Amino acid sequence: MIGFLQRLGATTIGVNERLGRGSLFLWHVLGGFPGLLPRFQLVIQQMYSVGVLSLLIIAVAGLFVGMVLALQGYNTLVDFGATESLGVMVALSLVRELGPVVAGLLFAGRAGSALTAEIGLMKATEQLSAMEMMAVDPLHRIVAPRFLAGILSMPLLAAIFSAVAIIGGHLVGVELLGVDEGAFWSQMQAKVDLYDDIANGVIKSIVFGFVITWIAVFEGYDAVPTSEGVSRATTNTVVHGSLAVLGLDFILTALMFD
Amino acid sequence: MESTSNHLIQIRDLVYRRGNRAIFDGVDIDIQRGKLTAIMGPSGTGKTTLLRLIGGQLRPDEGSVVVDGQNVPDLKYGALYELRKRMGMLFQNGALLTDINVFDNVAFPLREHTDLSESMIRDLVLMKLHAVGLRGARDLMPSELSGGMSRRVALARAIALDPMMIMYDEPFTGQDPISMGVLVSLLRSLTDALGLTSVVVSHDVKESLSIADYVYVISEGKVVEHGTPSTLEQSTSPWVQQFIQGQSDGPVPFHFPAPDYAEDLLGNNS
Repeated sequence: MIGFLQRLGATTIGVNERLGRGSLFLWHVLGGFPGLLPRFQLVIQQMYSVGVLSLLIIAVAGLFVGMVLALQGYNTLVDFGATESLGVMVALSLVRELGPVVAGLLFAGRAGSALTAEIGLMKATEQLSAMEMMAVDPLHRIVAPRFLAGILSMPLLAAIFSAVAIIGGHLVGVELLGVDEGAFWSQMQAKVDLYDDIANGVIKSIVFGFVITWIAVFEGYDAVPTSEGVSRATTNTVVHGSLAVLGLDFILTALMFD
Repeated sequence: MESTSNHLIQIRDLVYRRGNRAIFDGVDIDIQRGKLTAIMGPSGTGKTTLLRLIGGQLRPDEGSVVVDGQNVPDLKYGALYELRKRMGMLFQNGALLTDINVFDNVAFPLREHTDLSESMIRDLVLMKLHAVGLRGARDLMPSELSGGMSRRVALARAIALDPMMIMYDEPFTGQDPISMGVLVSLLRSLTDALGLTSVVVSHDVKESLSIADYVYVISEGKVVEHGTPSTLEQSTSPWVQQFIQGQSDGPVPFHFPAPDYAEDLLGNNS
């Protein structure tokens, strides 16, 4: 019993300490954002590796998610004779929920893990230390551009995911199952609200981008500088990032759509 | 200050602990300007830690580390980074940035800290690379370099901003005889030609003694001996003699503390 309490206490202290270090780290990295303005090409370079290189997986996943949504939605709606609402159902599910969430999960797996491994290996090979000794703050030069690139890329990826998924839904719903094309698009236009639905989805994806990238760069920077440590940090990024997306999605949905 | 201006680095009563273990326990070290000072000691005595304390990457528990009149542990973020612009450090494995080539690695500190034109940076980088004999390797990536070449590129990068001092972390470890010879003479000639203050942390006794102006030997958190290489060779301390002669037996035990051998084999201690 005492042993259990000791372990519980030690774990709690450990988690709190890490949260504290993570917050200080965030504060320091955010301090580097103004310095990125005159040299924005650093952020653009990172948006290429974080964002553009994630496009393929996002687009392919989006296409299939949209196709499956249309298939399942059609089977349910057809019983009520409401297949014209297929477009609206697909679009709302995507811009409100699936777009930000699935894109977030994929982003954590594709871009988050890459960020953690890159920064962790730079630490293990003393590149970050060497930068400090060259009077270049690695939090500003290495971490800040990656962090900003992650925050900027995530909403764009989520938007592309939703757009491709709607095309997938159209392919299956209209081309394959014969839903009326006019009804598909016009109902979507009429029922999807720019502020209530799209803007809230964008806010969600920005929050997810912020949290996933924060976890990814912090795990990399805080990794034990050995191969095992970097491997564990990369796993942590994917697991914690994905769980954070799902947990935050519930909270944000409750706040936005109550 | 007048009497101490000869010393670029003054370390006084330095105490640094990791957990309960004292890595340094009251260390005093003076590094003279324009000289090459070697800090020697067995592996695991915290020689690299000492360089990190001088560079402000670690903070001592007690004592002062004064570099060019400024106490490093007291420096604020901005002042510390300003001071580091005048310090160079050569890491054990070179620590080159692996995603850019040799040229860009050497140009990195110049691009970060100066507003020089690209043509000026090109000239400076080629001069620094020429000094380490690697002007022809400018387009290679760090993964294409041998260990010795990486270290020489890192050396070119460390002198890119013409610092007042360079700290070398185990520069001779794992070098073949030719690179070793090249590095040894490079260290000496850079110190003399550029008027640099050099601090070499090493356990390679022969090479260090051959080029050092002054030597500190540290062990178990204390300075065991210091002096010029010739006075060190004549030291009467059995510890220093064991270290510089490389004898396996002496005051430094070969075995890590362990229970009695026979008892251990019989399994009585498990």
